[in-house]
Amino acid sequence: MIKRQARLLQGNEAIVHGALAAGCNFFAGYPITPSSEIMELMSRELPVRGDVFIQMEDEIASLGACIGAGLAGRKAMTATSGPGFSLMQENFGYACMAETPVVVVNVMRAGPSTGMPTNVAQGDVQQARWGTHGDHPCIALCPSTVAECYELTVVAFNHAERFRTPVVLLSDEMVAHTREKVVLPHPEDVEVIDRRRPTVPPDWYVPYKTDGSLIPRLADLGEGYRYHVTGLTHDERGFPTRRLDEVQQFYTRLFAKISRQFHYLENVKDYYLDDCELLIIAYGCSARSARAAVRLGRERGLKVGLLQLLSLWPFPRRPVSEALNGKIAVLVPELNLGQLRREVLRVNDGRTAVIGLNKLDGTMITPEEILTRLRVIK
Amino acid sequence: MTVPSTQTVVYEWLRHDKKFPHVWCPGCGLGILLGALVRALAASGLTKDQVALVSGIGCAGRLPVYVDVGSIHTTHGRALTFATGIKLSKPELTVVVVMGDGDAMAIGGNHLIHAARRNLDLVAVVVNNRTFGMTGGQFSPTTPMGAKTTTALYGHIEPEFDIAAVCATAGAALVARSTVYHVDRLERLLLQALQKKGFSVVEVMSPCYTNFGRQNLMASHVVMMKQLKEQGIPVERWQKMSEIERRGSFPLGVLVDRDLPGYLDSYREVCKTAAKLRSEGKI
Ligand SMILES: Cc1ncc(C[n+]2csc(CCOP(=O)(O)OP(=O)(O)O)c2C)c(N)n1
Ligand code: SF4
Repeated sequence: MIKRQARLLQGNEAIVHGALAAGCNFFAGYPITPSSEIMELMSRELPVRGDVFIQMEDEIASLGACIGAGLAGRKAMTATSGPGFSLMQENFGYACMAETPVVVVNVMRAGPSTGMPTNVAQGDVQQARWGTHGDHPCIALCPSTVAECYELTVVAFNHAERFRTPVVLLSDEMVAHTREKVVLPHPEDVEVIDRRRPTVPPDWYVPYKTDGSLIPRLADLGEGYRYHVTGLTHDERGFPTRRLDEVQQFYTRLFAKISRQFHYLENVKDYYLDDCELLIIAYGCSARSARAAVRLGRERGLKVGLLQLLSLWPFPRRPVSEALNGKIAVLVPELNLGQLRREVLRVNDGRTAVIGLNKLDGTMITPEEILTRLRVIK
Repeated sequence: MTVPSTQTVVYEWLRHDKKFPHVWCPGCGLGILLGALVRALAASGLTKDQVALVSGIGCAGRLPVYVDVGSIHTTHGRALTFATGIKLSKPELTVVVVMGDGDAMAIGGNHLIHAARRNLDLVAVVVNNRTFGMTGGQFSPTTPMGAKTTTALYGHIEPEFDIAAVCATAGAALVARSTVYHVDRLERLLLQALQKKGFSVVEVMSPCYTNFGRQNLMASHVVMMKQLKEQGIPVERWQKMSEIERRGSFPLGVLVDRDLPGYLDSYREVCKTAAKLRSEGKI
């Protein structure tokens, strides 16, 4: 075993390392702060490997190119921030509908519109869920440290491949630009999942026919499996349909392939939950402050604990619900006006007090601010 | 090589499991283009597995589903971006992109000029029926001034884009134009585009009687066909005509054909340089 060296990396850099370890071999993007380092590093690394990097004319084009590449067998990724993420929404829905694996990194900055390009925010939590029109399933992951940037990027690719769906990695300006010491695993030690490809001869291939997994096998374009892909509702052959039975079956499967696997997609970490009376539920950069607040609070004799959410969508109902039991109160610190708190409230269903700590000024919530609020609650 | 009959080509290249009839109106030019395209594909010697057909949204966007190749019906205006991802991922595939004038020049205009500038080896077929057919005959960037449309009831007041000229200026390697009336020429130009290295554009003038002709008091699609016959002038003759004689007509044939460095070749060089610098420890 080769000894892995500790490295000093930025969150954005760790995303690139994670992506390459997961097998990313296609990147298309358009520059935007605070995500550009991802693209710049990709432009250095992918050509070295003979893989594809391209800077497109906008974010719509970037995601379009990634979806095309995904259908042609590539593991594709794009990275952007708020304004670009807004532009990507239509093609994001296309990837849901055509069941194309692709990873979209959104490094959140203060919005709406141009907002504060170099300031942190967490305002895109609900956009990640509902940004594209129409009801659709969604997977979104949210790192809070440089190490988690690496790990969750690998997970994002694995989910995209396994579920044949676009996956959002919701980072933020603070996590993106923080430098931390990380020990990256040896590439061989990284678990990498690849999409299931057809094993039958082309003549037998029915592109959207599924087995018990509800996830159809995806043939690479240009490998002899000639099939049709469309954003229209389609039948098992991929051909447009509006027949009630076919349409209903299609939508049911699209949701069920993900909702059936909620437990597999749940990703949380807990700190001091065993005897905790005051619970913090946090994610992304705010989870960093929350961790510090838990440490400080414990030193001061406060029975405080943290449930950190690494998967935001599908919302990890079960672990959140369990953590809510028997708590005096729950604090949800976030850099928006309560986008995740509303989800916690839905799960809470009146059991305990769910209190928000919200900020929109482009600065972090500090551990002291969290502790002050907890003391007031107590 | 014996030339296969049209029936053989149609049987070979159209999908048998796709439910016909197609979605287009009687008298629409899109069926003629479909025929010309599959004949050109057959004549090019490519097999069905070597071709991907990509389209945007609109009546023209419905063309690929009938052809028995890898076919991708994308989002409105974005077909070229998907095609770019496909071509870069699988350079050995021949990627043909079918778009309407609204698709290619309104919502997708930015992608069209950048694809032409980048000179990636794609074939763009732009069906210019001078209107938004699918959405009911609103004006498009190629609607002539003065025409009536469902959103220009009092006459259209904007000047029109010349799609071929835009692509030529943006840097496409091959730019050609035909009409669905001049179907032999259309087939030849499509074949030439398939064989051309670099970004090629074929603009196809096509009638939309349902949503353009009727609003502009044209008697029938036959009248619109006759108009295309008269308006389309072979470029060799067109060049010798005076400004006044050219009025109301447009040139047909190859308008631009030039050898330019292709994106894929240049990108391969980038990869070589990058690998070399890495092996020398310089990056
Ligand atoms: C983002 C978006 N905007 C608008 C539409 C509605 N729409 C569908 S087709 C079309 C225009 C089609 O015109 P054209 O591209 O010229 O193709 P044609 O139907 O004439 O072949 C429009 C505006 C859409 N599908 N997506
Ligand atoms: S509306 Fe126009 S373009 Fe569309 S199918 Fe009918 S004739 Fe053709």
